Amino acid sequence: MFGHFSNVRPAELQEATYATLRMLGLSLAFTVVLGLLVGVLLFLTSRGQLLSQPAVYAVLSFVVNVLRSVPFVILMITIMPFTKWLTGTSIGVEGSIPPLVVAAAPFFARLVETSLREVDRGVIEAAQAMGASSWSIVRRVLLREAGGGLFAGVTLTAVTLVSFTAMSGVIGGGGLGDLALRYGYQRFQTDVMLVTVVLLVLLVQLLQTLGDLLVRWVSRK
Amino acid sequence: MFLTTGWGWSDLIELKAITKTYRSRAGITEAIRGIDLHVRSGEIFGVIGHSGAGKSTLLRCVNLLERPTTGTVTVGGVELTKLSGRQLQRQRRRIGIIFQHFNLLSTATVRDNIAFPLRLAKRSRSEIRARVDEMIKLVGLEGHGDKYPSQLSGGQKQRVGIARALANKPEVLLCDEATSALDPQTTESILSLLLGINEQLGLTIMLITHEMNVIRSICDRVAVIDQGIIVESGKVIDVFLHPQQQITREFVEQAGDASDAFMTGLDAIRRGKLLRVRFKGDMTYEPVLFEAVKETGAAFSILQGTVSRMKRVPYGHLLVDVRGSGADMERIVERLRREGIEAEVLA
Repeated sequence: MFGHFSNVRPAELQEATYATLRMLGLSLAFTVVLGLLVGVLLFLTSRGQLLSQPAVYAVLSFVVNVLRSVPFVILMITIMPFTKWLTGTSIGVEGSIPPLVVAAAPFFARLVETSLREVDRGVIEAAQAMGASSWSIVRRVLLREAGGGLFAGVTLTAVTLVSFTAMSGVIGGGGLGDLALRYGYQRFQTDVMLVTVVLLVLLVQLLQTLGDLLVRWVSRK
Repeated sequence: MFLTTGWGWSDLIELKAITKTYRSRAGITEAIRGIDLHVRSGEIFGVIGHSGAGKSTLLRCVNLLERPTTGTVTVGGVELTKLSGRQLQRQRRRIGIIFQHFNLLSTATVRDNIAFPLRLAKRSRSEIRARVDEMIKLVGLEGHGDKYPSQLSGGQKQRVGIARALANKPEVLLCDEATSALDPQTTESILSLLLGINEQLGLTIMLITHEMNVIRSICDRVAVIDQGIIVESGKVIDVFLHPQQQITREFVEQAGDASDAFMTGLDAIRRGKLLRVRFKGDMTYEPVLFEAVKETGAAFSILQGTVSRMKRVPYGHLLVDVRGSGADMERIVERLRREGIEAEVLA
């Protein structure tokens, strides 16, 4: 039915898998750093929290919402000039990182904000009463107590990024999604599509399992 | 109305003309409406009030978890209300606090929780280890150091809270309803731990509670707070034996001590005259009442009363039905007063 997978070329598949992993790894790293920063700021500036700056919060929140409401495909094309300025190219693995980060960081920032809200207020207060600075509270209380939620958020973001990397194949981002699109869809080579999809499923499964393990490890109590 | 509860020289905590108002869409709420309060070095000072009376706000004003709207807070000679940011953070390390719901880090072990304030103060590793060991021993949690809070009982969690609060050797310990989430037996053990710490380390303690039993067990002085002001204050024994305000009488009753409210009905039961006696100190365990009555040949029966201990001081008050002549009554009262017992004929 699939011609005994005669169209599947291992070398190409290997290269595409490698490209996907690089895109995922790099974009996830930048997303986590940026999203954590924005998420912590969102939490701290919200009303009644440590830095309580409603105006700053409103602006930050608005930007995050705007970025989150633009569909990824459109976002990717819109920010091409920015991407080119930043990385020197708008295609390939390098060219796909900025749009991936711009799309995923606001998403992750919201997840960070939500998990920080879950931290018991009393514990924050206790730390304040013991003379902790805001920075100490973030580092020693908030990030620590919210650890489980944060890792769950990273896992969720990683899985979302996998599907984003597939889409970035549209503008020559490379990777498994690109392969599936070019061979599987445009050349009707169903066997190539099938193999890439199976690989993507495996990748997501792996990420989720790893994430769950991490969550369990950091939220042991 | 400002009611002063102490005097100058050895005051460790000094609250002056404190008010706290909250503004919200619903309007202005006056949580504290002018409180002056002094806590002396080495004493256990209790503030009692119903929920919503402003006692929690008052306590949180001491370490400025709540900034008073007006007034000044001075702890150990440093006026906290003048400080900001970093200076306040440093001063807060001299003030320990424990909470009703313990507020421990759930992701940290007992040891790490106790080490928290020491790490904030940038102590060395070896110093931290030694101090944590010492604290674990002090609160009686040997063998539980590597457990997480979720593996502990309420009483044990509060012990961790106490150890954490004391780790940095503070000059004062604030207790925010520290026993309100605990069962009576556990409350008892936490209170005796606090009393022991107060006596051994000379640590000054300020606590708030809605339970008169807590005040009676460990406090030296008490202030009764109602609707944002202190309505009555003084030595615990005096407040217990001579409550001035209605609300204070209610709290005294709540502690299981007889008071005027119980007198209704007693009038119908009594056959002779109703005598109220109040005594404290060593006198408590002497058969003074018996001897005073025996002298006259009258008889008596106790209708109601309490003989108990306040911190370490024994005290008692009784309502006694005395069956005898008017002259007998006078002699009894006179004899009791000579012995230093308060006696008063009620009806």
